Amino acid sequence: MVQMKHRALAVMAALLMTGSAYAEQRVVKYNADFDPIPLAAMEALIADFEAANPDIDVQMTNFDHEGYKTAIRNFLTADSPDLANWYAGNRMAPFVTSGQFIEVTDVWEANGLNDALGSAAASMTIDGKKWGVPYTYYQWGIYFNRDAYKAAGAEEPKTWDEFVANCEKFKAAGIDCVTTGTKALWPGAGIFDYLSLRTNGYEWHMDLTAGKIAWTDQKVKDVFAQWAKIQPYTSANHAAIDWQDAAALLVQGKAANYVMGNFVVGVLKEGGMTNDNLGFMVFPEITPGLPRAEEAPTDTIHIPAGAQNVDDAKKFLAFVATADAQTKLNTALGQLPTNKNSTVAADDPFISAGFASLSSAYALAQFFDRDAPAEMAKAGMEGFQEFLVKPENLDAILERLEKTRQKVYQ
Amino acid sequence: MSAFWKANQRRLAPWLFLAPGALMFALYVIIPIFQSLWISFYDWDGLGKATWIGTANYVELVDDDSFYTSLKNNVIWLVLYMLAVPLGLLIAIFLNQTVWGMRVYKSLFFFPFVISQVVVGLMFSWFYAPDFGLFYKLIEWSTGTGVAVLADERFVTYGIIAAGLWPQIAYVMILYLTGLNNVAPDQVEAARLDGAKGWKMLWYVILPQLRPATFIAVVVTVIGALRSFDLVSIMTDGGPYGSSRVLSFFMYEQALSEYGYRMGYGAAIAVVLFAIMMIFISGFIWKMWRDESER
Repeated sequence: MVQMKHRALAVMAALLMTGSAYAEQRVVKYNADFDPIPLAAMEALIADFEAANPDIDVQMTNFDHEGYKTAIRNFLTADSPDLANWYAGNRMAPFVTSGQFIEVTDVWEANGLNDALGSAAASMTIDGKKWGVPYTYYQWGIYFNRDAYKAAGAEEPKTWDEFVANCEKFKAAGIDCVTTGTKALWPGAGIFDYLSLRTNGYEWHMDLTAGKIAWTDQKVKDVFAQWAKIQPYTSANHAAIDWQDAAALLVQGKAANYVMGNFVVGVLKEGGMTNDNLGFMVFPEITPGLPRAEEAPTDTIHIPAGAQNVDDAKKFLAFVATADAQTKLNTALGQLPTNKNSTVAADDPFISAGFASLSSAYALAQFFDRDAPAEMAKAGMEGFQEFLVKPENLDAILERLEKTRQKVYQ
Repeated sequence: MSAFWKANQRRLAPWLFLAPGALMFALYVIIPIFQSLWISFYDWDGLGKATWIGTANYVELVDDDSFYTSLKNNVIWLVLYMLAVPLGLLIAIFLNQTVWGMRVYKSLFFFPFVISQVVVGLMFSWFYAPDFGLFYKLIEWSTGTGVAVLADERFVTYGIIAAGLWPQIAYVMILYLTGLNNVAPDQVEAARLDGAKGWKMLWYVILPQLRPATFIAVVVTVIGALRSFDLVSIMTDGGPYGSSRVLSFFMYEQALSEYGYRMGYGAAIAVVLFAIMMIFISGFIWKMWRDESER
């Protein structure tokens, strides 16, 4: 028995010695949810990081985008990586409050990120602390078909009143003034967010999504009153179609305007639209004089509480936050860098317009389902869909949302 | 040891053979049932700390409009899904002839049951799809205005049930076809000599002999109606604005979907669904037990 123990010790020692030969490379495990193009972009970024830090090996495990939303809850508690993708705003709140993400305020302070990532700082802050690093965001706005405008004899609107007036012209030409596909619910929330931001302003909208304002408030009704102006001119079967199907309507010239995120450009161009007939405009002003806030959902990287290699994970976060890394990554992504010292591709009119729109914006909202807690978001988006189908139900919808609000934020 | 074994072998052997199955059944069915019941008394997001809230989840459920929508839809599902039984019987009787190539027709009718429910759901959503769906075009052609079935709260549940009936009828048909193979030819012969034909033949001679097949058909149809989750999820995701939800989907939505993670509330819905299923299951078990003890 004693001899056995000795032998085991010898084997152990041998293992340890061979182990130490490889231990120079420290491993950082990274769980992500990239689609193919972003995946290639992030792999390039990791290669750059490893070249700069030869002693660190970043091992990325890529998940299917939708499946990731469920998977993250399992791996955070069971088999935690050192880095994980997620989203800013209220979307990260459940993980922060349950202690699944660790605080990275030191990374922000040591690298001057409070300044460089200033536009995204607020959405990464909970309880005055930073909980992750943003690496990309994209603008929302109105994408429109110039051919449809020509066919209806409409001018590109400068104000909300002109936008609404145009709808009558589109109707006469048999074109949907506004299109959307609410089968997956969220596209409708984009329209609501903009109407809310433009009617009552950023602070009010944030108070609403934070549950501080009753849904039966007159100011909520004001937002829906604006929406009611374009509701009759919205694609009739939006509740049955996905956002890609609505994009097809825009491509075919059956619809003129589409309130969407910049990712729609890829789909529209695949459908045959070009920089010549596809236009982008910032959502027009409704209440005069309100500072212009924009919608810019931000994608982020966090360090889970169960991380084994926190030091190197922080190094990686600092690297992802640098201007150069974000320039390179977002050029490949076709999105906008969150670092204000980064540059964007000047030859893409949508990216340049988005960069101009966001960097001059007064404040950035994440998106309804990231600013509001999950349960409120779901109920809200169902309400928006119902309003778009049956505007006469508005009072019942708002009563229901108010009931949900009182339940969700106690 | 071996003396004990020898003495009790006959008594112990059945239990030993049952043990693996019973263990699995306990681990994956019985224990989880009680766990869900337990979780339904908590407020828990699946990650953080669970807080005991007693029956608050059930109180909320009683006050939740979505719950009643789901319950109502479940009843519609149960009632309309039963159509699969007579329709399946009709097709089975129609196909139960000796014509050249009958096997091909039979397999064609059985085909919808072989393809996955997800595919059935996708096919029907294209069938109903506005602007290019066949059904939409038909309605548009005959009435002038198309109806987007899956976007209209009045029709959406019926639209999904129609999709579900397609494979379900095929399933029931196969059950009846095998049943028809076992119908005693001498009884049919005798009935014919007595002058029975048509409806009377079917009602008094064939159907009584098909009772075991009918029983199984009703059981699988009830279960199919109650677990109608996949079609709802694929075709509408519960929409428009939650009007096509059924209990199983509502449970998934609250507990596991992107905007859910209310494990306690989801578990409470699961318990209610389980209670409803229990009514049917105990009915079936009681009937089986009665049939067997009669023999």
